[in-house]
Amino acid sequence: MKYPVLEVRGLVNRFGPQVVHEGLEMDVRADEVFGIVGGSGTGKSVLLRSILGLQRPQAGTIRIEGHDITQLSGEALRAVKARYGVTFQQGALYSSLTVLQNVQLPMVEHLAELSSSARDELAMLKIRLVGLPADAARKYPAELSGGMVKRAALARALALDPRLLFLDEPTSGLDPIGAAEFDELMLYLQKQLRLTVVMITHDLDSIFRTCNRVGVIVDRRMETDTLERIVDHPNPWIQAYFHGERASIHLKVAHGA
Amino acid sequence: MMVETRRTEGGLAVDLTGEWRALSYGQIDAALAAVDLAGLRHVEISTDRLTALDLTGAWRLGEFVRLARGAGVEVAFAGAPPDQLRLVEEMLRPIEAERATELTSLAHSPHPVEEAEVATLTYIGRRAVTLWSDIVGALAFVGRLSSTALGAFTHPRRLRPVSVARHVYDTGITAIPIVALIAFLISVIIAYMSAQQLRSFGAEIFVVDLVTIGVLRELGVLLTAIIVAGRSGSAFAAEIGSMKLNEEVDALQATGVDAFEALVLPRALGLVISLPLLTVLADLVGLVGGAVLCASLLHMPLDQYVNRVSQAISPSTFWVGVIKAPVFAVLIAMAGTHRGMQVRGSSRELGRLTTVAVVQAIFLVILADALFAVLFMEIGV
Repeated sequence: MKYPVLEVRGLVNRFGPQVVHEGLEMDVRADEVFGIVGGSGTGKSVLLRSILGLQRPQAGTIRIEGHDITQLSGEALRAVKARYGVTFQQGALYSSLTVLQNVQLPMVEHLAELSSSARDELAMLKIRLVGLPADAARKYPAELSGGMVKRAALARALALDPRLLFLDEPTSGLDPIGAAEFDELMLYLQKQLRLTVVMITHDLDSIFRTCNRVGVIVDRRMETDTLERIVDHPNPWIQAYFHGERASIHLKVAHGA
Repeated sequence: MMVETRRTEGGLAVDLTGEWRALSYGQIDAALAAVDLAGLRHVEISTDRLTALDLTGAWRLGEFVRLARGAGVEVAFAGAPPDQLRLVEEMLRPIEAERATELTSLAHSPHPVEEAEVATLTYIGRRAVTLWSDIVGALAFVGRLSSTALGAFTHPRRLRPVSVARHVYDTGITAIPIVALIAFLISVIIAYMSAQQLRSFGAEIFVVDLVTIGVLRELGVLLTAIIVAGRSGSAFAAEIGSMKLNEEVDALQATGVDAFEALVLPRALGLVISLPLLTVLADLVGLVGGAVLCASLLHMPLDQYVNRVSQAISPSTFWVGVIKAPVFAVLIAMAGTHRGMQVRGSSRELGRLTTVAVVQAIFLVILADALFAVLFMEIGV
């Protein structure tokens, strides 16, 4: 592939005197699962919002499949936005639409050529793909359980078959079994559909199960490495994160001790 | 583009080319629709030259294969069929089975015609039940509000004075400019219209009577209540409604705080305090508006205007207007908070119930005003 799927260079985000990112760099390669980790308030959400084009950074470039999203506007920006799928932390399903209509909304917006019966079939396909039962399609978001909301949001993110998928805390609010199932689903889809996945997460189980590489936001920059190597990074926050009480189980497994 | 075809012996070789992705669905669809299947015995599809195939593309290809097979054409793939196509078929198979059973059950449903005839009755019945439960719900709400209010008045700490003060500010102080402006304009309109009519009888002096009595008895309080219903009735419904959607109301209840005591009562009390005050303001500004117009249009000196006003009103005129304000306030507060508490599920419901709250508040205010008019006539004030 000619470009890295996602490339962030020299990103600066400031709110008044508060500097969130200063020269942040990030590369995501095709077909990998990239985890973004960081303490509360280190600007994970700000980073995601900048990448999605929801918020313009003070400086830096953000290229999605070669298109610099910080320089685009109007129709060109809209076209780039059709190339990625995103799920938000709380699902952000449109509460006045059924699950089926939620999944169809991106198709209605970007694929005017689709007939309504084709839209129905394709939306059903995505709903089945994320493991929701067929009768969930007619339900409203308020009638779904937490796990089903996450799956429905994933189905909506996959509506236009993007190659790049952003997940914001996909397993937060799920029980460990539900979270593990979601991880497996994500890995299955990632292989089947050859997705590149960028996910923000706090869930150590999730990171160790799914991520190929991890980017940790520390001191307003990002330290990126493979999972095996990042755990030995000298930064105290990274040490505390990966060597705390809760992480010890995974490290033992990972190092085969 | 997307599809290249070659005639072979008794059949067709179909070469798929390029990127078959959702965003080029229009081109894919057009290319496949243009393939002429008439008179063919077999079709061979080759995917070797495809650079990408996603599920949307695969689904469209599956539709093409199905259409060809339906027309009696033999379809084969050069090499293995693409994985994406297999995945699509795997996912959609159970749905198709379900759809087939749905269709057969529809065909066997006993009396489909009768259902249409019954539909109107069903609709009427359902509306009647909804209306009844609405009335019962509203009565229950009034009852609960009254008992909460009684409880709170015996334990004044539970009246939440800080919260009440906030609502007096939100519904009262911030409404002053718009209420004053409307009262001024309305009294100017009445004075102007009546001056035109009364001039032909040489009875311009009665303009003062019309403005004074009209504003003090009816228009001051009624227009203020309608403005407040629009401003605060909607605010109450939207505020409480979004708290319901965020589970904030549940959180309050779970903390052991009575949602009625914390959310409904302070709003009702705040409005009961602010609406009469706004009415007094509207009365004052209305009289000033009358004075301004009388001075400029009828060249009536101010002392004559004041003199005439004090002759026109009886001691009860002012109170007849103001006494209605607390009643209107309770009606507006109840419509707003009651509808807000009913919100559940979706943001659309929030919008619908906010609208209902305002419409109902205005309707109740006008209905109550009509009842007051009859009552005051009966007791002769």
